[in-house]
Amino acid sequence: MVSDSGLHATYLGPILERHGYAATSLLQILREAQEHYGYIHPSAISYISVKLGIPRARIEGVAGFYSFLHLRPHGEYRVLFSDNITDRMLGSQPLLEEMCRQLWLQQGKVSEDGLVSINTTSCTGMCDQGPAMLVNGRAITRLTQQRVQEIGQLIRNRTPLSDWPSDFFAVDDNIRRSGPLLGNTLAPGAVLSTALTLGSENIIEEIKQSGLRGRGGAGFPAGLKWEACRNAPGEARHVVCNADEGEPGTFKDRVLLTRQADLVFEGMTLCALAVGAQHGYLYLRGEYRYLLEPLQAALQRRRENKLLGKNILGQPGFDFDIVIHLGAGAYICGEESALIESLEGKRGVPRNRPPFPVTHGYLQQPTALDNVETFCAAALAIHMGAEKYRAIGTPKSSGSKLISVSGDCPRPGIYEYPFGVSVREVLADCGAVNTRAVQVSGPSGVCVAASEFDHRLGFEDLPTAGAFMVFDDSRDLFEVARNFVHFFAHESCGFCTPCRVGTALLKQTMDKIAAGHGTQYDLHEIENLDQVLQTSSHCGLGRTACNPVLHTLRHFRPAYESRLKSLEFKPAFDLDGALARARQMTGRDDAGAHLKTEGA
Amino acid sequence: MTDTFQLDGATVSFEPCQTVMQAALTAGRYIPHLCYHPEFKPHGSCKLCTIKVGGRTLSACTMPAEAGLQAESNIEELNALRRTLLQMLLVEGNHFCPSCEASGNCQLQATAYELQVMTPHFNQFFPDRPLDGSHPDILLDFNRCILCELCVRASCEMDGKNVFALAGRGITKHLIVNAESGMLRDTDIALEDKAMHVCPVGVILKKGVGFSVPIGARRYDQRPVGAQALDDAPRPAISGSCDACEGKS
Amino acid sequence: MSKKLRVATTSLAGCFGCHMSALDIDERLFTLLNLIEFDRSPLTDIKHCGRCYIGLIEGGVCNAENVHVLREFRKNCKILIAIGSCAITGGLPAQRNHLDLGSCLTEVYLTEPGLAHGYIPNDPELPLPLDKVHPLHEVVKIDYFIPGCPPSGDAIWKFVTDLIAGKTPELGHGLIKYD
Repeated sequence: MVSDSGLHATYLGPILERHGYAATSLLQILREAQEHYGYIHPSAISYISVKLGIPRARIEGVAGFYSFLHLRPHGEYRVLFSDNITDRMLGSQPLLEEMCRQLWLQQGKVSEDGLVSINTTSCTGMCDQGPAMLVNGRAITRLTQQRVQEIGQLIRNRTPLSDWPSDFFAVDDNIRRSGPLLGNTLAPGAVLSTALTLGSENIIEEIKQSGLRGRGGAGFPAGLKWEACRNAPGEARHVVCNADEGEPGTFKDRVLLTRQADLVFEGMTLCALAVGAQHGYLYLRGEYRYLLEPLQAALQRRRENKLLGKNILGQPGFDFDIVIHLGAGAYICGEESALIESLEGKRGVPRNRPPFPVTHGYLQQPTALDNVETFCAAALAIHMGAEKYRAIGTPKSSGSKLISVSGDCPRPGIYEYPFGVSVREVLADCGAVNTRAVQVSGPSGVCVAASEFDHRLGFEDLPTAGAFMVFDDSRDLFEVARNFVHFFAHESCGFCTPCRVGTALLKQTMDKIAAGHGTQYDLHEIENLDQVLQTSSHCGLGRTACNPVLHTLRHFRPAYESRLKSLEFKPAFDLDGALARARQMTGRDDAGAHLKTEGA
Repeated sequence: MTDTFQLDGATVSFEPCQTVMQAALTAGRYIPHLCYHPEFKPHGSCKLCTIKVGGRTLSACTMPAEAGLQAESNIEELNALRRTLLQMLLVEGNHFCPSCEASGNCQLQATAYELQVMTPHFNQFFPDRPLDGSHPDILLDFNRCILCELCVRASCEMDGKNVFALAGRGITKHLIVNAESGMLRDTDIALEDKAMHVCPVGVILKKGVGFSVPIGARRYDQRPVGAQALDDAPRPAISGSCDACEGKS
Repeated sequence: MSKKLRVATTSLAGCFGCHMSALDIDERLFTLLNLIEFDRSPLTDIKHCGRCYIGLIEGGVCNAENVHVLREFRKNCKILIAIGSCAITGGLPAQRNHLDLGSCLTEVYLTEPGLAHGYIPNDPELPLPLDKVHPLHEVVKIDYFIPGCPPSGDAIWKFVTDLIAGKTPELGHGLIKYD
């Protein structure tokens, strides 16, 4: 124990020091601690527990919540294939199987020499350049058979990740259509200078007048949120940027953070000025770990240019700075209150609401939490003026929206449109043909069938956080829904009964149908589970987890029915298969040692 | 003066800062629940107490009471939902009542009786959850855990010990104890701890006293859980702060 | 007098405790026999279940024979009732579900001390065990459930007489029991 703790002190000491021994930094500390062994050693937890004064069970609880943290050895190389339906459509599954064969290991298990593990992970946000994977947290795109073989070889040779070919890690922006947001040429600080002349109250008024609504999906009016935050009593106010872009099929924030980092930070600083906040946090999803250094550099430049820090732009009392907080693989942290819990170094479990983050957010203080794109749009609205900004888009959805297009189309990537663009127009622009359906706003959004392609993206018609996954007529919408159901089951935080058990049951039932054991009884079961999830789940994850199934059942019921057996009820398991172990043990293979499928 | 709201057509009065659950129980009106306990902050995770207010479904245990509120609870639609939630809990763990020391004192079982749950309905998960018998006086049977976090809350808020915590996520979420060995004997739990006495099912058991009260003579053998609502009513002066208003997480 | 309703009963992976409990309805058995007659049941010597109104099954499904009998009951009974903990949850026999069937058989027949020249029985007459024990409703559609280990004679009486009277059976406090 003593020597153990000495061992851990050498690498944990500096990490803890850097984070000021703050319990709120627990997740960051664990992330960094893991980099030492590739997993978090039990004695390291004891050490951190003592140093931070947090019970070790609670630290284990936090570590166990996030997919990218490991409490047991997980291989020197941890390979995770992105498992979004778009990755699958680009052939990720055979590549994964081939890599497992090449490295002689089973999916989900660590190789016997402790070298490597291979598994899947939820969408890594590279849908326009998939199939994609993460190796020790680093994104690799455009996987091909050849690239996967090369990666296998590099792993076998124990080549350090830093020596891998740099083009493996290249991430393209794929901007296909630009607009006021992506096309802006604002100099850093320009918006803030305008804002300073307006003053706090006028900024909020201007944002309200601009009609800007949150771009994360829910569409809450940004001005009202900022105003509520400013008016809420509290000792300190916080600005939080939600860059936990986890909704499968969404990758527009990645591009904004790559191309428009200054505008994101400008928007956050603008918000700080409006609400009177001094502390800002950017919650960056773990999958975008590679953006950390460039973003840190951008922050540093802004500090040097008096755009962050004390007396911003020489304005006495305008103090604000931004810290980047990395997530560690948990979709639920995109939910604002779960994000705040995670930001506080805890398990990312959504809080009971009310109260809402605007009054009781980070550390129970008033917090203005918005999406990456919302902060950018806010900066733009201030720059353009409310009236001009409002002229873009539709009456209830002002401004432009970034759409992340992926799936069956020749030109996947980022498209900026004024709100009000129809699904059909987007499909035409990305070159999609023979489209059967579009999943708008990700698995928790809507599955739009061909008869509905004239619907328009916007809060009054088809609200979207930005995902736009295209499926042509070669695709099986049952398999699409099943992929999404697996996603929700994997990402359920497990807090409430309906979501924890319900998503697992939904997954079982979809798998039962996929395995050819489904009947009408199971469709009825699915509908019942959907009802329970929708009415009683604690947060949006559970309440929308059944959407993919509900929508595909509505539009593509035959995709389900064609898999059903005519019987009223069938077991979920293969009865004859259930005798296999006994046959093996007894050496029997007579007729009595088998069970026929009923009705067959 | 106290305000009132309507619960299933009956008038319920409430004190400032009370939740719908607290007010209802104080009035002797039962709303099914498992993770709610009068001495702890509302949790809102089991969802048994789901009620309907103006067409919306909410948890009664976390919903602040409001004057004039029209809430529905004892209606077939919600009772059917509660049956399904109970069935989910019954298949998620290994609830083998005939061998359980808590049978008859078990809130999960009693609530399922109350709501006439005749079958677990879903396929059993049969999860593998080893026992922890390492402690000389206390047995942990994780098979029955319904993840209500009452022991976690009791150990933290009342005992100041943090013996229990939750790990994992989703369907793999599970209870752990505060020791590097993972064994209860290496924690500072004691028989007098509040955490020993809040488990609504049969996870945390005192050794050596099994079946000292015979089956048939136990708490819910006497009266159904719904008739014992007043026993679960809030007790005064738990803490100075008002959870419903401040919403401390 | 109208024709009596035919009722079949059997025990699969059960202990016959539910059948014993059914006998606890005591002298009400005579009243019951005015209304029903038994098809396959431990009380008769009928080997196969014929057309019946009600089938009552205790015990879960642990082997191939259980599956055959259960299917026969399902095919022939209008109303199929799972009775007791084992039929409804797998019960005591399902406690083996955490173990690999192969190692169970090995320990029982091969490595248990005191067994000389042990072998795993392989006579085709013997039903093969399934790798897991299942409650009835995981294998066929079940219409009603009477929980309890065993359910009391009163619970069984109430349930069955409700059914025969054409009422949806209801067990109140004290009659609905899982233990």
